[in-house]
Amino acid sequence: MRFDTLEGNKMTDQNMIRKQIKNNIKNRKNISDRIMPVFFFAAASVSVFVTLGIVMTLIVDALHFFKEIPLNEFFSKSLAPLRKDPSFGILPLIVGTLSSAFIAMCVAVPIGLTAAIYLSEFASERKRKILKPIMEVLAGIPTIVYGFFAYSFVTPLLMKVIPGLGAKNVLSAGIVMGIMIIPMVASLSEDAMRAVPNTMREGGLGLGSTKMEVTKKIVMPAAISGIMASIVLAVSRAIGETMIVVIAAGSSKDLSLDVTQSMQTMTAYIVEFTSGDAASGTTGYYSLYAVGLLLFIFTLGMNLVAQYISKKYREVY
Amino acid sequence: MERILISDSPKSLEVVNKQIEKRIKKNNRLKFTFSLSTVFSLLVLMILLYRILLQSVGWLDWDFLKGMLSIFPEKAGIFGAIVGSLGLIMVVIPVTLILGVATAIYLEEYAKEGRVRDFIKINISNLASVPSVIFGLLGLTVFARFFNLGSSILAGGLTLSLLVLPIIVVSSQEAIRAVPGFLREASYGMGANKWTTIRKVILPVALPGILTGAILSVSRALGETAPLVVLGIPTLILRTPNSIMSDFTALPIQIYYWTLDTVLTKEYANLAAATIVVLLTVLFLLNSVAIVIRNKFQRNF
Repeated sequence: MRFDTLEGNKMTDQNMIRKQIKNNIKNRKNISDRIMPVFFFAAASVSVFVTLGIVMTLIVDALHFFKEIPLNEFFSKSLAPLRKDPSFGILPLIVGTLSSAFIAMCVAVPIGLTAAIYLSEFASERKRKILKPIMEVLAGIPTIVYGFFAYSFVTPLLMKVIPGLGAKNVLSAGIVMGIMIIPMVASLSEDAMRAVPNTMREGGLGLGSTKMEVTKKIVMPAAISGIMASIVLAVSRAIGETMIVVIAAGSSKDLSLDVTQSMQTMTAYIVEFTSGDAASGTTGYYSLYAVGLLLFIFTLGMNLVAQYISKKYREVY
Repeated sequence: MERILISDSPKSLEVVNKQIEKRIKKNNRLKFTFSLSTVFSLLVLMILLYRILLQSVGWLDWDFLKGMLSIFPEKAGIFGAIVGSLGLIMVVIPVTLILGVATAIYLEEYAKEGRVRDFIKINISNLASVPSVIFGLLGLTVFARFFNLGSSILAGGLTLSLLVLPIIVVSSQEAIRAVPGFLREASYGMGANKWTTIRKVILPVALPGILTGAILSVSRALGETAPLVVLGIPTLILRTPNSIMSDFTALPIQIYYWTLDTVLTKEYANLAAATIVVLLTVLFLLNSVAIVIRNKFQRNF
């Protein structure tokens, strides 16, 4: 009898302990494994809300603008936001943006691509280890420093070659912007070329080709999707670049194609207008968002194109 | 072609040799030209640093670092800008670390393969390519006007945090992905649940990678000018900021205004150059720390 109760007690003890362990595990699960995923998901969705926030602020305030300025006036030639009778034609800004981006690409694409070819196909491992970090340093310098460099060094230097060059001009801003973008083109294209398997190179070399012929006829065609994507991304970067053009390209709002003189880009317009006194609620203030929206569409579009190219035309080995 | 292959007369051999020689010469010539492209970057970097150092000589001293802003170039100092930049970093570090690492943990550890995960990933990579001026407009509308933070350190810091968020997310993701699976399995095998595993196993191992990303994003935030200018930071602030809500100026903004005003006062160019030297020194130190962390503390399994 006594023995039985003892046994019974033992049983209930064991059961209790089992229960407690079960409860403990359940509690642990309750607190962290339920709350933490929610917290992490919330954090991850912040980035989605940021994108939404950007799109919403741009669209809402741009709509205010388009209520007063019809689209055909927006895409016209005359831009004079601060006049008594203001006009908001955006074509000068588009021309300014495209010309500075074009000059930048003329610098960045040939130099960046050939540097990528050298680093990926010709340089020894030792040279690569020295040269690549230097390019990364160049990529890490703030754009305001490049702006200062363009204005205080490149422009005076170019003035000696081109006599009529303005103190603020698109040419030197574009060139310096190109220099800034070289590391980006070089490192993205190099990644694409290094992804081409060595067996393909060896095939070409075994048939008696020189390294340059292998690069031109085998490596480049195989890596073309990555190279194209890097160029498109570089264009998008050039279009969105701000401080260099604000400082070195000035703020002329006349429509012209003369790169030796000042032109304003879309980004520079936004900076000029906000740092001036754009009172909230005026048409001028809302024009910022219209220009910003156009800029956002441009860069987002280029980015999507780059993603499409690298996905669609990628050769898989 | 056919003729050369069949015949073995000395003349055709000569033709072949000549052709090969031409191709090899072309190869070497292009190789040299292409190597110049890489050297070009090095050259530009040297000229840039040399020019800026040259312009800052004589202007960069303790008084410049400790002094207040002034319209007289001889008296001007950047103490206020240094404090402003530090304040910005104080906002950027906690916000980006918490948001960025949590996003990375969600994407790598919790999210299932599928649409939601792909959507967030694409979204982050697109966010990384949005021009920084646009973030300025976002900050102006949301933080400065809607939440009424004005052009305070908090508004600037939050704007910059959103701007650098993709950098820290991507580098944290890479760091977490590099943690080998057997560590996770061992932890689960010992009875740890998911959060304990993340906290005690994955994060400590991934920490060097995460820190490297954090330092890179901080150095990006330190150099950003455009979003702050769009927020409407006043031109000349003589008081040193004393709280997170006060108006401020930062190193890159000071460089910007001094560069613009070189038309009025020539010496401002020297002040801008001296400020650039300070900024680049800080960035250089930060990046060296990142490299040391990466090489010293990164464990390979």
